[in-house]
Amino acid sequence: MPLQSLDIIRRSATTTPSPQVRGSYTGTVAKLIDVSKCIGCKACQVACMEWNDLRDEVGSNFGSYQNPADLSDQSWTLMRFAEYENPKGDLEWLIRKDGCMHCADPGCLKACPAPGAIVQYANGIVDFQEENCIGCGYCVTGCPFNIPRISKRDHKAYKCTLCSDRVAVGLEPACIKACPTGALVFGTKEDMKAHAAERVADLKSRGFDQADVYDPPGVGGTHVMYVLHHGDQPQLYAGLAMDPRISPTVKLWKGAAKPLALAAMAFTVLAGFFHFVRVGRNEVTPADEAAAEKGS
Amino acid sequence: MSDNPRRDSLVRYSAELRTNHWLNAIAFVLAALSGLALFHPALFWFSNLFGGGPWTRTLHPFIGLAAALIFLMLAVALWDDNRMKPADWQWLKQWRDVVDGREDRLPEVGRYNGGQKLLFLVLVVGMAGLFLSGFVIWRAYFSHYFSVRVVRLASLTHALCAFAVIVAILIHIYAAFWVKGSVDAIVRGTVTPGWAWKHHRAWFRQVTHAANPRTGPN
Amino acid sequence: MTNHWVDIKNADIVLIMGGNAAEAHPCGFKWVTEAKAHNKAKLIVVDPRFTRSASVADVYVPIRTGTDIAFLGAVMNYLLTEDKIQHEYVKNYTDLSFLVREDFAFNDGLYSGYNADKHSYDKSTWEYEIGPDGFVKADATLAHPRCVYQLLKKHYARYTPDMVERVCGTPKEKFQQVCELIGSTSTTTRAMTIMYALGWTQHSVGSQMIRAGAMMQLLLGNIGVSGGGMNALRGHSNIQGLTDLGLMSNLLPGYLTLPGEKEQDYGKYVEARALKPLRPNQLSYWQNYQKFHVSLMKAWWGDAATPENNWAYEYLPKLDRGYDMLQTFELMSQGKMNGYICQGFNPLAAAPNKGKMNASLAKLKFLVVMDPLATETSEFWRNFGEHNDVDSAKIATEVFRLPTTCFAEEDGALVNSARWLQWHWKGGDPPGEARSDLQIMSGLFTRLRALYKKDGGAFPDPIVNLYWPYAQPQSPSADELAREYSGRALKDLTDPKNPATVTRKAGEQLAGFAELRDDGSTLSGCWIYCGAWGPAGNLMARRDNSDPTGIGQTLNWAFAWPSNRRVMYNRASCDPGGKPFNPARKLIAWNGSAWGGADVPDYKADEDPALGMGPFIMNADGVGRFFARGAMAEGPFPEHYEPFETPLASNPLSPGRAETLNNPAARVFKDDRAAFGKVEQFPHVATTYRLTEHFHFWTQHVRLNAIMQPEQFVEIGDALAKELAIADGDRVKVSSNRGYIKAVAVVTKRLRSLTVDGKRLHTVGIPLHAGFTGLTKPGYLTNTLTPVVGDANSQTPEFKSFLVKVEKV
Repeated sequence: MPLQSLDIIRRSATTTPSPQVRGSYTGTVAKLIDVSKCIGCKACQVACMEWNDLRDEVGSNFGSYQNPADLSDQSWTLMRFAEYENPKGDLEWLIRKDGCMHCADPGCLKACPAPGAIVQYANGIVDFQEENCIGCGYCVTGCPFNIPRISKRDHKAYKCTLCSDRVAVGLEPACIKACPTGALVFGTKEDMKAHAAERVADLKSRGFDQADVYDPPGVGGTHVMYVLHHGDQPQLYAGLAMDPRISPTVKLWKGAAKPLALAAMAFTVLAGFFHFVRVGRNEVTPADEAAAEKGS
Repeated sequence: MSDNPRRDSLVRYSAELRTNHWLNAIAFVLAALSGLALFHPALFWFSNLFGGGPWTRTLHPFIGLAAALIFLMLAVALWDDNRMKPADWQWLKQWRDVVDGREDRLPEVGRYNGGQKLLFLVLVVGMAGLFLSGFVIWRAYFSHYFSVRVVRLASLTHALCAFAVIVAILIHIYAAFWVKGSVDAIVRGTVTPGWAWKHHRAWFRQVTHAANPRTGPN
Repeated sequence: MTNHWVDIKNADIVLIMGGNAAEAHPCGFKWVTEAKAHNKAKLIVVDPRFTRSASVADVYVPIRTGTDIAFLGAVMNYLLTEDKIQHEYVKNYTDLSFLVREDFAFNDGLYSGYNADKHSYDKSTWEYEIGPDGFVKADATLAHPRCVYQLLKKHYARYTPDMVERVCGTPKEKFQQVCELIGSTSTTTRAMTIMYALGWTQHSVGSQMIRAGAMMQLLLGNIGVSGGGMNALRGHSNIQGLTDLGLMSNLLPGYLTLPGEKEQDYGKYVEARALKPLRPNQLSYWQNYQKFHVSLMKAWWGDAATPENNWAYEYLPKLDRGYDMLQTFELMSQGKMNGYICQGFNPLAAAPNKGKMNASLAKLKFLVVMDPLATETSEFWRNFGEHNDVDSAKIATEVFRLPTTCFAEEDGALVNSARWLQWHWKGGDPPGEARSDLQIMSGLFTRLRALYKKDGGAFPDPIVNLYWPYAQPQSPSADELAREYSGRALKDLTDPKNPATVTRKAGEQLAGFAELRDDGSTLSGCWIYCGAWGPAGNLMARRDNSDPTGIGQTLNWAFAWPSNRRVMYNRASCDPGGKPFNPARKLIAWNGSAWGGADVPDYKADEDPALGMGPFIMNADGVGRFFARGAMAEGPFPEHYEPFETPLASNPLSPGRAETLNNPAARVFKDDRAAFGKVEQFPHVATTYRLTEHFHFWTQHVRLNAIMQPEQFVEIGDALAKELAIADGDRVKVSSNRGYIKAVAVVTKRLRSLTVDGKRLHTVGIPLHAGFTGLTKPGYLTNTLTPVVGDANSQTPEFKSFLVKVEKV
């Protein structure tokens, strides 16, 4: 990917357009997570920490293979383990790599009030630029996948960058590099969709009739996609959202409400001004004073 | 300032109340400016007034909390005088006469007119809404106690309440400017009898009879 | 591995049993996903637990731990009765047609020749019938009642699907499904690979479990073919190198063996090992034993090894018994061993019954620990509260800790599971005062040698004469040692057919073990590695991954022993005429004058197939054996015996006999037998295992691994959890008759209760990585719980099956 793929095409809390001329003729990128090949080894978690120089706490076991317990400012990706007994009575251990989905229509970016704290590159990556982050947590509120985490140390928001620094110089993200089974692959979104289609066909041949690609249209598609055995039931995979979309509440809050409220406030001020111009001040006249004297 | 009324004036606001009001005003303005900075990108530059984005984010909830507590005291103090009465509804119905300054057509007004009472109501409800939703979206300390759905609703609620309160306060400020003597009243604490006669006649009658049943000013 | 990692991608069926490749070998497991994705392979996992491997399997089948022979025996029964065997293969390449001695017998779980007092067999009847020509008698029709085929059929006829359900707890329909999938590979164009590891090894009948798997593969014609094989996944990065170089008490490098105390005569020692062919025109490659042995002795003692002193034969110790780990610690516990050098080993954590280990180490005068980490063993004397509750004041053992380098801090070769010697280069300097193991051992040796030279001693010769030609005697280089184990000519070597031609000049590296001589003119420290550092240089350092045939045969990547061969027994991938059984995955073929193809032929390179030489050239009979003769301690055919701590009162396959409940040939020390628990007190079956996030007791010292899996836990099925009112995340106490551990409970559906012999049985899963040193939350050593009993052949401890009790705390 040439560097112009890191052109910022969308910027949080910015009302004017970003550079658009160069477009993205080389295509957008995507990470494909093939859940049916994933063995939950956590190599991606380690690679992520190593590349990004993160170290989460040495925590506790809380009755699960899942560790650390949750995503955090230090854990940008996490294997989530779910046990599922299928209708045939066979057990399935569904292991899903959780992390930022890099939505085409990112809820975090929509919600963010700090100009340029969240950007979307021409290659599709949604990135947090922590120096612009003010730590309000609106991205957490806006995200349909519950991904961003606010650091307790610096009160900045953190999440998977899709290794935008690596991608910029033509490398795959660190997790992809580390994945031992080929469950994680990376390329243009187009290629990944083609690869995913092959995988879905393979899964269908193995009796997973509902196998599907998870590229939810509600958020305009994502630059991190899943191949799921049970494409019709994403919630089986540790609660993957069924039909994720930016919540209508957030849409209203960060959509129509913003200009309308501002306009209404401006209107109020103007209304006052013109009222003053037209009606003038409401003053007490000597007659009123006299009347008061009389009235008392 | 002194509570001793000038001979030709009526005491409308005590020094405590005036202090409370202006504290409230300051807190409110700060809260509004810092809040607006986070509300619309066009106003993000307000954050510079507070030392930048992160400071704005840090300070806003504390300012808001202060504003809410100060407002609570004010609200308690003004509660009794702000209960809506049938005359107030009538007053409100005749809002055209109000904006045109034809007070003679309006029902006699007590200490507060229907508009002021409506403002009070909006502020009470709005501030309560801001207070409660503010806690829910206070990311540093409280948000993790709530589901994201609740946080989203709270975010919207906070914005809507703030909007309502800000618009109400803008009207309040203009009204104070428009009705000459009002600013004096809240700054100095007193109004002229004529002012009281003109704008709050019922209150005028009440205070002049109660405080000095026999004589008027002078 | 008979095959190699990349070759797994060629499999049509992958059977993971006795292992959990996804968990313990995640990188190699990629070839399973390749086989699935590109070869439409089906993955079968048979395991007591629904593992990470099972999470991506097409079929998962539960089994009670320790009952794999019952399962595999029944699969063989299915294959034999349903005729799902590769006829051309088994007829020509196995011993099915061979006749067995008339006095060989098997009754009620015991073979002929059993001595109940000694817990061992007189194996003389476990033999083929030899004809007057000195060769084994055979019946090509397989009709003779004493041919191996008939005996095999009879033996496994008792292993029915009902028996599987009763013994293993495996539902019959699931078992049937597995049989059908496995049986589908009996055709010439389909192959199954078996991936196993310590899930088979660590049982009192571990070797026989592996043999049962290998026999199943032989029936299917899956040995020697691409996509097939018996693939042992080695657990440490260089455990394959360890066995290759003979670091077992009874081995010499290259699977040569040390003499026993009765073998004082050198000629007889060699004769017993240089096996004469048992069938006409067989290669019987071990006939070359002396060449390998003399070359080894030249590598060790140089000029001091002469024809006159039988190549220094008297320098070799003559064993009175095996000195395996269990034997060693038994001697220590009896106070008969008072010093111990512990190199790259953490026995307090890694040996069974930590209580016994603690007591034994405390009886030592000195303990030397060479390790890069502060191991539990080196701290055995220190009180770590409940996790190592010892009275330090009462322990007099002097402990020396010698910090060593890690693999990345030195040059050298590591041998992977696929027998590839892969050279690696030093990546950084070691911290502090750490030195390489080589430097430490050389320092010890040169000081000891100086002492012996100065003071003499009872028998100083083997030490003062040790060949030590290294440029820096205190610090031999990896290059020097690698050249030495590969081997070189000591004199000019000439072509035996044309003595005027010098084929190798004195001092030159040898190209392979075919050049080794028994006249002292060659040197090779490990004959199977011969050629790894050949005349062309260090072949282990090669990194050319080109794969001209597309079936994963990258012959120019590193060096695979023997002879850079990637698939062992690859001659068996061709029909008797020399044509590949499966043309789509052709390894080698006969072209009319020579063998060749995608691999180095495991055969005599110019042998006309019409002459009938068998493909199993290391065997004296040239064939793959169903009948093990005397090679195994418990008998020629694998028979199911219960683990030493069993939930059953009687072996369902030989009911009512006390001596056949457990492995009749296993060695159990008196105190260890007394420490076995009974099902009445310890009603649950336990098994121990690794987790992906950790490597043994090392990575608890590594922050990233500690983050990934921070605290000790045990896995409990939801049925048992319900019975005991244990919730996910509760703390539980798990005890055996030898001690207890406390850990967090992971309550899971992945450990299901099984109905075994009419009883409902729960399995408890205990990962082994906890320890009381390192960065993870301190925990109990898992081997506090495990029993001291080993496999009767390898003495590998039975870590995979024992009895425990679970309580909520």
